[in-house]
Amino acid sequence: MRLTRTLRAAAAVAVLLAATACGSSGSGGSSSSTGLNPPDLKEQSKLGKSEGQVNLIAWAGYVEDGSNDSKVNWVGDFEKQTGCQVHSKVAASSDEMVKLMKTGEYDAVSASGDASLRLIASGDAAPVNTALVPNYKDVFGDLKLRPWNSVKGRAYGIPHGRGANLLMYNTEKVKPAPTSWSAVFDDAPKYKGHVTAYDSPIYIADAALYLKATKPELKIKDPYALDQKQFETAVALLKQQNGSVGEYWGDYLKEVSAFKSGDSVVGTTWQVIANLAQSEGAKVKAFVPKEGSTGWSDTWMLSSKAKHPDCAYRWMNWIISPKVNAQVAEYFGEAPSNAKACAETSDKNFCATYHASDKAYWKNVAFWNTPIEQCLDGRTDVKCVPYAKWVQAWTEIKG
Amino acid sequence: MTATLPAAGRSPVRRLAGLLHRRRRLRLSLLLTAPLLWLAVLYLGSLGVLFVSAFWTTNSFTSEVVKVWSTDNFHALLTTPVFRQVILRSIGVALAVTVLCAVIAFPLAFYTARVARPRWRPLLVVAILTPLWASYLVKVYAWRLILSQGGLADWMLRPFGLDGPGFGLPAAVITLTYLWLPYMILPIHTALQQMPTGLLDASADLGARPGRTFRSVVLPMVLPSVAAGSVFTFSLSLGDYITVQIVGGKTQLIGNLVYSNIELNLPMAAALGTVPVLVIVLYLLAMRRTGALSSL
Repeated sequence: MRLTRTLRAAAAVAVLLAATACGSSGSGGSSSSTGLNPPDLKEQSKLGKSEGQVNLIAWAGYVEDGSNDSKVNWVGDFEKQTGCQVHSKVAASSDEMVKLMKTGEYDAVSASGDASLRLIASGDAAPVNTALVPNYKDVFGDLKLRPWNSVKGRAYGIPHGRGANLLMYNTEKVKPAPTSWSAVFDDAPKYKGHVTAYDSPIYIADAALYLKATKPELKIKDPYALDQKQFETAVALLKQQNGSVGEYWGDYLKEVSAFKSGDSVVGTTWQVIANLAQSEGAKVKAFVPKEGSTGWSDTWMLSSKAKHPDCAYRWMNWIISPKVNAQVAEYFGEAPSNAKACAETSDKNFCATYHASDKAYWKNVAFWNTPIEQCLDGRTDVKCVPYAKWVQAWTEIKG
Repeated sequence: MTATLPAAGRSPVRRLAGLLHRRRRLRLSLLLTAPLLWLAVLYLGSLGVLFVSAFWTTNSFTSEVVKVWSTDNFHALLTTPVFRQVILRSIGVALAVTVLCAVIAFPLAFYTARVARPRWRPLLVVAILTPLWASYLVKVYAWRLILSQGGLADWMLRPFGLDGPGFGLPAAVITLTYLWLPYMILPIHTALQQMPTGLLDASADLGARPGRTFRSVVLPMVLPSVAAGSVFTFSLSLGDYITVQIVGGKTQLIGNLVYSNIELNLPMAAALGTVPVLVIVLYLLAMRRTGALSSL
């Protein structure tokens, strides 16, 4: 009796599985992508009265009200001066930010480039009238109206700060000192089991950036605009790299500990991680290799469904005001967006360390962008591989 | 309702008590409503929602859930090599952890239940339980330190000319074994403790050597408890994704795939989430045959 019941249950499960396996017609995610023709939304023409509150989505460390560290607080003064009570929600990833913005309950978000285009295209982000943000005039020129924060010359946000993805290596174990990303791609087997890479689909762009320099026949112009063939070559390179990778990092503290112990000796990093590892005694160096590098540039974007747009405008102006922008940049470890912020940092070398005003440095940095079907590099004869496919490929690369 | 009751001169509380006393059905349904709601809505309900949402799809650009019925996710689950590989790897890890736990737990439990002096036994059980008082994350990070380059594992193995396992699949199995070992020791300890000493004596009187006694007397009596412990070790290992993230190097298990899909492709995450549920249901059905569930 017991056995037959077990068998019957197993059979039922098997039937269910068979039914689901057969009945599909393989029409993966219906793509109704609107591309880069965002809905025509009007920007605000003048600033109204404070609504008394504002709801923000931010990266950890961007909206600090003293609750994490009583000395780190730039929200309190904002609330006092504008009367806008700040409610903030920390998001762990770009994907989470996109999802939260869709709820319509938030007024603004500190979006990275791999989220911003998605928000613009889906009409969740509204164009921003930069005239209502007085501090915008002091923002570095090479951050204004870029592909990840504007469409057809219309600004969709206020630049917050930026950073490059660097190549970090252990100076004792990696010799000779690398000059190229080949250290983590073609030469990776030398350090088998001790190579590390950023754990996100957007890392595929790092491989594309390397291929752009080493395989000119692929004609990669923009690492975020890859057609099928270019994409497959990049994925193949990463699958090959996977054999040498010890671990992928998503949490920056994990990378600090891996470089300190020597579990990782070479791989991608952020400036803040390199600084932390060095301050904790690790023998590491981080730099931009000769091929250039990828990077992030965060933008405060306004929700098209914002219930408190006037407070959101005030916040965007506040967060890039010289003093606050300097505070955020130092706390988080990134280059500030406001040129005047460099005079306000507590460490006078801060802007030099982070290359805040070094135009030549940033020229070599391909900032994160959202891959979409319409190629971002302007090609119209081919279709590019959209981000959803990048996500699938990333799972396969890790195996 | 109340009109039919002889209400005069009685307090509402007593009236209610009387009502409940007379109507058994009412009493029973009031008693069972809360636990049944818990089971049906919170537990089975959420499993149902998980299963249903696995049949939806997402818009590939905006990653919004599109509520159109399709079996694409299950199709992908069965046909994509990487998913199959990860599912098999996860089941393999869960089985390896279970076997390791059983092998380590048996001698330990035998010592605590039968060899150690009776006075010490409760203390030993407490000692086995103490690791459960520490936070899961603290223990896993401790293992990260032990297994890292030049860490404790490397240091201990160096005299033998060996290196530690480093981060990877073996590290994940070792750490999970450490984490879930108490759940295996306790049921075996209980079973061994309850085993009448007379049986062992009888076996010896009939001429059986210790090996034979172990195989023919001890093992059959303890096996259901091993199976009961294995339900814990197996299911806890199958669902884990944090340990493998911390010490597993680049290894992916089902939990990691669910985690990486949950933001962008919720239906796919749901489809992946049904796999461990299914595997554990099958495992429980298999274990029920050994009588393990009655010795939990």
